[in-house]
Amino acid sequence: MSGPIHIQPGETFTLNVGPQHPATHGVLRVKMEMDGEYIVKAETVLGYIHRMHELMGENRTYPQVLPNLSRLDYLGALGYTHGHVLAVERAAGIEVPERAEYIRAITVELNRVASHLFWFGAFVMDLGGFTPLMYAIEDREYILDMLEAVTGSRLTYCYYRFGGLYNDIDDEFVDRARAFIPRMRKSLKKYDALVTGNIIFRKRLDGIGPISAEMCRKYGATGPVARGAGIDFDVRKNEPYSVYPEFDFDVPVYDECDSLARYNVRMDEMEQSLRIIEQGLDKLPDGPIMPKKKPKLIKPPAGDYYQAVETARGSFGIRIVSDGTKNAYRFKLRSPTYSNMSLFDEACEGMMIMDALALMGSLDLVIPEIDR
Amino acid sequence: MIKDTVLQLIRELFPDPDPVVEEIVAEPAEGDEAEDAKKKPAKKKEKPRENGVIERDHAQYGYDIDVQLAPGELLATVVILDKAGFFLESVTGVDWIKEDQLEVVYDFSRYDFDTCRAVIRTRTPRAEPKVPTISKIFPGAGWHERETHDFFGIKFDGHPHLVPLLLPEDADFHPLLKDFKP
Repeated sequence: MSGPIHIQPGETFTLNVGPQHPATHGVLRVKMEMDGEYIVKAETVLGYIHRMHELMGENRTYPQVLPNLSRLDYLGALGYTHGHVLAVERAAGIEVPERAEYIRAITVELNRVASHLFWFGAFVMDLGGFTPLMYAIEDREYILDMLEAVTGSRLTYCYYRFGGLYNDIDDEFVDRARAFIPRMRKSLKKYDALVTGNIIFRKRLDGIGPISAEMCRKYGATGPVARGAGIDFDVRKNEPYSVYPEFDFDVPVYDECDSLARYNVRMDEMEQSLRIIEQGLDKLPDGPIMPKKKPKLIKPPAGDYYQAVETARGSFGIRIVSDGTKNAYRFKLRSPTYSNMSLFDEACEGMMIMDALALMGSLDLVIPEIDR
Repeated sequence: MIKDTVLQLIRELFPDPDPVVEEIVAEPAEGDEAEDAKKKPAKKKEKPRENGVIERDHAQYGYDIDVQLAPGELLATVVILDKAGFFLESVTGVDWIKEDQLEVVYDFSRYDFDTCRAVIRTRTPRAEPKVPTISKIFPGAGWHERETHDFFGIKFDGHPHLVPLLLPEDADFHPLLKDFKP
């Protein structure tokens, strides 16, 4: 064995972050060329959890693909299944009863809060604070229990059907959801007092990890990453779908372009989601949850259909190319984190490694969703 | 409306527009779009599409501008969209095995409230699929093109780093081709 390697000034070395690194929250690998603590060049390596959902979408019938979508993003699964059912409904021309759409919006927003809560806990943990995770998980558990009672699963939901829902919500769900809103508002204040003003926390994020609006556009970044760069873009507002035009909510936008801005966007978004849930529960109409007439076999007319939805991580797009048969001819999933992550290589150049990991945390990565 | 501006600019790229395409463009523009659009696609399926620009009904298809062009015109069109402030949503492929062609589909959308999604399609022969890269204009296309190369084997001319992204690094198969046997 030779002795320790002495790196000469100006000499770089390669550092592998991942694929089993806790900061990457999954199996993601980044090859970093380092000059001391500084990153000279980074290359992200993907594919460790690639499962080819797109091929599965082609060789199964439309209803058979339903459970696949929640396996993309295990934290905010309902948003993705919502996109899928909307895409097929658009292609096949299926009408959805109003009550079903309201319940969809309520559950998607609950899921968004749960996803952001987990991100909040994990992000602060990345920066060295363990306690907030425990608080966040407690609140998230409340949502998961609530959703479990009505959907039958805790993470990988298969709740939506083409044209409606699998199961109607009951009074117990409504009561628990109503009780959840003040509880969560109280918690948000607590998180704010506990974390947002913390000087160590702010020093790690404030002005660090810049992602400019132009960079977002060139890489197609959406969701909180774009909104943290001063881009007022939310598919729920820009390209309204479902019953979102009925709700009064704001899109939080921060212009600072740094990691702290992305943190603030997500924290504010939880409050906006609560507002949507509140209004949804107030406006919830009575009626059926499945349409009266629905085709037995789903065979959309030949064509190329696209549907975008705002998930917890950004704009999720689904393209269905139909050839008029019961299977999709092409089933493309455009996942938001894929685009958001693609800018990491450029954004982290010249940063210190710990700042780059904070930047990575602020992107809110869910690896199964990048790799599909 | 940005949609009209962009349509105008893209149409200029097609100095001699195909008469068939012109007809399709003219009809949805007049009044009752939904009624017309519903009947149209069902009738003329299975026929390979001519190059040209089509306006689509957003409520039915999810996008507004649908352009099919030759690979040579791709970069010029992408530059138009870049200058108009579009962002790249995704790049993907479709294998039209019956027509012995591979299609590359680019989705562009906008951040502002002037919502407009533009879909650019280009076709390339299956035997030697080759399309110029747009990663010089939109660096974000780099990953999307690598993914499309993984799944369909389409070569993106000029791509700086066209190695497998999602598939294993030594993968020599293209799983989304319709004649792929695992």
